[in-house]
Amino acid sequence: MSPPPFPEPAPACPLPWGDSDCVLLAHGEGARQTRRLVRDLFFRAFGNQALLRAGDSAVLPQPGGRLALTTDSFVVSPLFFPGGDIGALAVHGTVNDLAVVGATPQYLTAGFILEEGLPLATLRAVVGSMADAAAAVGVQIVAGDTKVVPRGAVDGLFINTSGVGILPDGLDLGVHHIQPGDRVLVSGTLGDHGLAVLAARAELELHGDLRSDSAPLADLIAPLLSLGPDLRFLRDPTRGGLAAVMHEIAAATDLGIVIEESVLPVSPAVRGAAAILGLDPMLVANEGKLVAVVAASAVEPALAMLRAHPLGRHAAAIGAVTEQAGEVLVRGALGTLRVLDEPQGAPLPRIC
Amino acid sequence: MKFIDEYRDPEAARRLSGAIQETVTRPWTIMEVCGGQTHTLLKFGIDQLLPPGLRLVHGPGCPVCVTPLQQIDQAIALALRPGVIVCTFGDMLRVPGSTTDLQRVRAAGGQVRMVYSPLDAVRLAQANPAAQVVFFAVGFETTAPATALAVLQAKARRLANFAMLVAHVRVPPAMALILSAPTNRVQGFLAPGHVCTVMGYREYRDLAARFRVPIVVTGFEPLDLLEGVLLTVRQLEQGRHDVQNQYARCVRAEGNQEAQRIVEQVYEPVDRTWRGFGVIPGGGLQLRRDFAEFDAAVRFPPTGDAALEPAACRAAEVMQGLLRPDECQAFGKECKPEHPLGAPMVSSEGACAAYWHYRRYSPPRDPEP
Repeated sequence: MSPPPFPEPAPACPLPWGDSDCVLLAHGEGARQTRRLVRDLFFRAFGNQALLRAGDSAVLPQPGGRLALTTDSFVVSPLFFPGGDIGALAVHGTVNDLAVVGATPQYLTAGFILEEGLPLATLRAVVGSMADAAAAVGVQIVAGDTKVVPRGAVDGLFINTSGVGILPDGLDLGVHHIQPGDRVLVSGTLGDHGLAVLAARAELELHGDLRSDSAPLADLIAPLLSLGPDLRFLRDPTRGGLAAVMHEIAAATDLGIVIEESVLPVSPAVRGAAAILGLDPMLVANEGKLVAVVAASAVEPALAMLRAHPLGRHAAAIGAVTEQAGEVLVRGALGTLRVLDEPQGAPLPRIC
Repeated sequence: MKFIDEYRDPEAARRLSGAIQETVTRPWTIMEVCGGQTHTLLKFGIDQLLPPGLRLVHGPGCPVCVTPLQQIDQAIALALRPGVIVCTFGDMLRVPGSTTDLQRVRAAGGQVRMVYSPLDAVRLAQANPAAQVVFFAVGFETTAPATALAVLQAKARRLANFAMLVAHVRVPPAMALILSAPTNRVQGFLAPGHVCTVMGYREYRDLAARFRVPIVVTGFEPLDLLEGVLLTVRQLEQGRHDVQNQYARCVRAEGNQEAQRIVEQVYEPVDRTWRGFGVIPGGGLQLRRDFAEFDAAVRFPPTGDAALEPAACRAAEVMQGLLRPDECQAFGKECKPEHPLGAPMVSSEGACAAYWHYRRYSPPRDPEP
């Protein structure tokens, strides 16, 4: 029997030949396979001037103000979940880190670590989702990197990002502005993302609308900046949920906080799923929510601004800053006080 | 929202709390048996709604906390064996053994898998014929039906690579022990609602009659606990010692007979050491001889190394209701959830954990927002 024909020219080293429908180690080697992947998949999805110049670095115009710079990594499992996917999440998470310091997000980078064997269709879907999310926010993905690791070294794919935004002059949000008597606001329902991802990963067949709230927050935040110094501090409550942000504030300021549990916005699906699983929605991650600390006199205008935006319909004033140093308390349904649990270890691993 | 908000209604809570205040004419000491009930009490501040003379003492109803130290060490030893995968409920991961815990073993490369159901462990065994899968069967009578079902499934599928490390414990013998102790001050019990959902409450009639204590089967939401307390103090004030069922929406006197049948088929009572109590006659369950092939203690005989409790840990006194967690000298210092001396600080049903999570502030200042 004659040997199978080789494509011309015959390979001189053991590169896989022909097209593959999966990511192969060769795709990460920096040679022909990598170039094709970058060109046909990444560039096609992200296409913008700076990126397509294909230099080792993106060369960008001089910024018109102070720069805000952030970095983030995304290892969520599963890659696709109700309400989102790792690609869109990577964009939202990064731009939100910029938006909460008051910066306008401009540029992102995206580094991919791909598992050998990952279907290219999956990669294409993730990258497409990232591109859509970036376009919707008006940011450009201007630099990237691709590495491929052997099967089992990562779970499908991991994404690392960095983000650059421009800060308007005079804007200075931070915990150091927070004072006793200030109020704590949240922009909407708590615990949606963490519970949706947990249910998807554990294949818990919970009936009810558990969907990630993954969303960009810059437009929701923009009107709040007009509050001037009455807007003290912003944060998006991701890993560790509302509780993590509250404890962070208490630790950094040596002030205390009391949360009114009965006014916390929580969707019925999240309330039920959390009750079954023994989780507290205040400790569960959100990816499209805002925590704002404002002066007491600014509560009503701030709530009006939030509620005018689709992402802020369920905004509520949920707590107040106190002088009891370091004590983060909750006034429960029955009017009694307890300590707000602090996130311990990793109750919900790999949700972002 | 069904079954949650109705049982947390502040108005109803006020009415029940008021009724308790009006009923009580002298000091009483009541024990809530189940750790889940302890957590609700502390999380919702129910103890703050009761009259000063009415003392709630926290019982040993935390199966993770009473799992014998030797068995935790055994599970850890199994996880370190090549080719063995130990499956466990999440809570057991951080419980300290003599020298380490399952979470640390996992981080060091030991095969430890968290599961929500024992049937997941059976599936894992089927999918991994080259590995030995051991399920750490912890829990009161509440979890025994599910673990029994796992054994029956494994037998039906003729799995040679599935075993169970059985650490089930039974409530009534422990209550009898508490009531028999010369130091006992407990005058009434809130019995564990979910154990009784499975087992019913006929066993408690003997206890109530023998020791002349009222026993009220109670649920886990704030209104359940307040109602359970009210029914108990009414009996105490009237000098009665009956068994009553507050948790009627889940519990029937005869319990879940199908579940009991499965448990009876697979397990038999055995004397068992409860961590912090010593040996309790009939205090545990073990696999019947018909199912000995699935007993991890038979397949992997323990090495018999002595189990060592840290000297400073006073979990035993806490679980017998003799010491309040925040009265322990190690509380919040050497002993915190991230470095616990004993199980009650790390289990989701542990009394020490409840105090740590909910009461770690200077009482009873009430800052107005």
